[in-house]
Amino acid sequence: MMLIPRLALRNLLGAGLRTWLNVFVLSLSFVTIIFLQGMYSGMLRQVSDATVDAEFGGGQYWQANYDPFDPLSLQDAHAVIPDSLNNLIEKRKATPVLIVQGTLYPDGRVMPVLLKGIDPNQSFLNFPSKSLAVDNEELPVLIGERMVKSTNLRKGDSVTIQWRDANGTFDARDGRIVEVMSTIVPTIDAGQMWIPLQKLQEMMLMEKEATIVVIAEDLEVSDNVAGWSFKDIDFLLTDIKQVVKMRTIGSSFIYVFLLFLAMLAIFNTQVLSIFRRRKEMGTLMALGVTRLQLIRLFTLEGALNGVLAATIAAVYGIPLLVQLARNGIGLPGDFMDQAGWAIGSRLFPSYGAALVLGTTLLVLIVTTVVSYLPTRKIAKLKPTDALKGKLS
Amino acid sequence: MAQTPTADWILNKVDENFGSDNKIIVSEMVIHGRRGSRTIKSKSWIQGRDKSFSEYLSPPREQGTKMLKLEDQLWTYTPSTDRTIRISGHMLRQSVMGSDLSYEDMMEDPKLQNLYHAQIIGEEEFLDRLCWVLELTSKGEEITYYRRKIWVDKERYVSLKENRYAKSGKLLKTTEVLEVFKAENRWIPRKAVFKDVLKKGKGTEWHILSMEFNADIPDHVFTKASLRR
Repeated sequence: MMLIPRLALRNLLGAGLRTWLNVFVLSLSFVTIIFLQGMYSGMLRQVSDATVDAEFGGGQYWQANYDPFDPLSLQDAHAVIPDSLNNLIEKRKATPVLIVQGTLYPDGRVMPVLLKGIDPNQSFLNFPSKSLAVDNEELPVLIGERMVKSTNLRKGDSVTIQWRDANGTFDARDGRIVEVMSTIVPTIDAGQMWIPLQKLQEMMLMEKEATIVVIAEDLEVSDNVAGWSFKDIDFLLTDIKQVVKMRTIGSSFIYVFLLFLAMLAIFNTQVLSIFRRRKEMGTLMALGVTRLQLIRLFTLEGALNGVLAATIAAVYGIPLLVQLARNGIGLPGDFMDQAGWAIGSRLFPSYGAALVLGTTLLVLIVTTVVSYLPTRKIAKLKPTDALKGKLS
Repeated sequence: MAQTPTADWILNKVDENFGSDNKIIVSEMVIHGRRGSRTIKSKSWIQGRDKSFSEYLSPPREQGTKMLKLEDQLWTYTPSTDRTIRISGHMLRQSVMGSDLSYEDMMEDPKLQNLYHAQIIGEEEFLDRLCWVLELTSKGEEITYYRRKIWVDKERYVSLKENRYAKSGKLLKTTEVLEVFKAENRWIPRKAVFKDVLKKGKGTEWHILSMEFNADIPDHVFTKASLRR
């Protein structure tokens, strides 16, 4: 039983450079596939964690008219918070956010802006809302670094904000920038300003109203409330997941190409091997080795390329991939920011056991199949023809 | 000694002077921007407060662009794209062609007496004309500008200057009439400058080239079909 595997390994290693070249190319496929998949996996995890932490919480209740992709919907996207949600708010398991459109006049320029009102004392969304807990007549405003870039405003600056209240009447006030937050989540920063919820409700004549209610992560809810629909984390992360999925599919062309090159090499090696070892096959058959055993021998020789490749890949791949997972991959400038991704300046790949095992299995199976294909000729081989050097 | 008229009476005269059921106006708007100035000529057909149809006549880039306002909805048609787009709600507050006027400002023709309580707060001279200064405070809650201050020519009952304020009292927009003319026994602003006070810049000038009151405007003008004609 052990004769064929030992023979296959000896023959494989005996091929020398040809084997190691094939093995190296195949190992590159291993490492590349695992790295790229790990990168997208890490991307998704980073974006999800950061966005859930700072914006989504455990899910959100959206007022029925609210559509984050339609700014025109904001005019009607507010309603009195229902009792069931108020109960959660009082227990500090939810926090309401009112979102309205306004206009900003930084230094005489005009900029549309979203005004977002939030409870300064909320504690489960990770951003510095406490800086809005100012006890004076001023209108405190919290902005992010991206807003600083686009408005040239700094902490301590005063800026005129104009809006239209619930009745459509113009109003305007000067707000003071009390804090500039540094966040990797562009969707709570770019084009918006945060002010205390109560003040915004007073300004807008929208007492006790909100546009969305964010639920704490440790709370499980799923029921809709009249006039409000619940959006769970999966829904809120849909866009992000779809983009990652699209990029994963896009990068699969690279995997296919690399694997194709490696399999081409293995296939060629197998064909050549079978052709050159006709007399050997004839001799082995004459000594009692069956055709099936011969097919197994040659298939195993090819398949062992995959095993060797996995071993070589582990030798240089594991330290490399672990190092990347630990230190991350530096990203140029605000590349991810411009794409609206909450990743920051370093991307940390994430490799799961399923990814590594799945990739290994895939490559081994494909290698085995590709190794088997040329060996089908052996099934028709006549020992006498083989001994003469013919391949019938 | 002549009796001082009441603020309401003055406001009524102002509304009478400018308001009418139907108007056809040919005008030019000079928009002063950061990179220079542009002049846009247009013709407008206006019926009351709720219906208005405008067509841009020049420059060539804007020629053929049309706007139809029906109550709080606005449709625009651009010949270059051959598309009619509806602008409503918040979009009406957007600036027209980068000017200091919003679509809403351009399309409105309010009877001030219906919308505001008026009070005479003084007398001032503006461009060598003696004026009553009236302070107008919103009567209802759904008025765009909560407070206005207008300078009304004592002799001609035309508003020569207007300040529009936010609820907080912050000055938002000013209008200054630099020239008036008489047409059909009414005094009409010929040249005015609108300024969004919160914005930097020289504002937007509006010149009325001709105005026809109580014109006969067929109903089909105020339909969406007329946008594509």
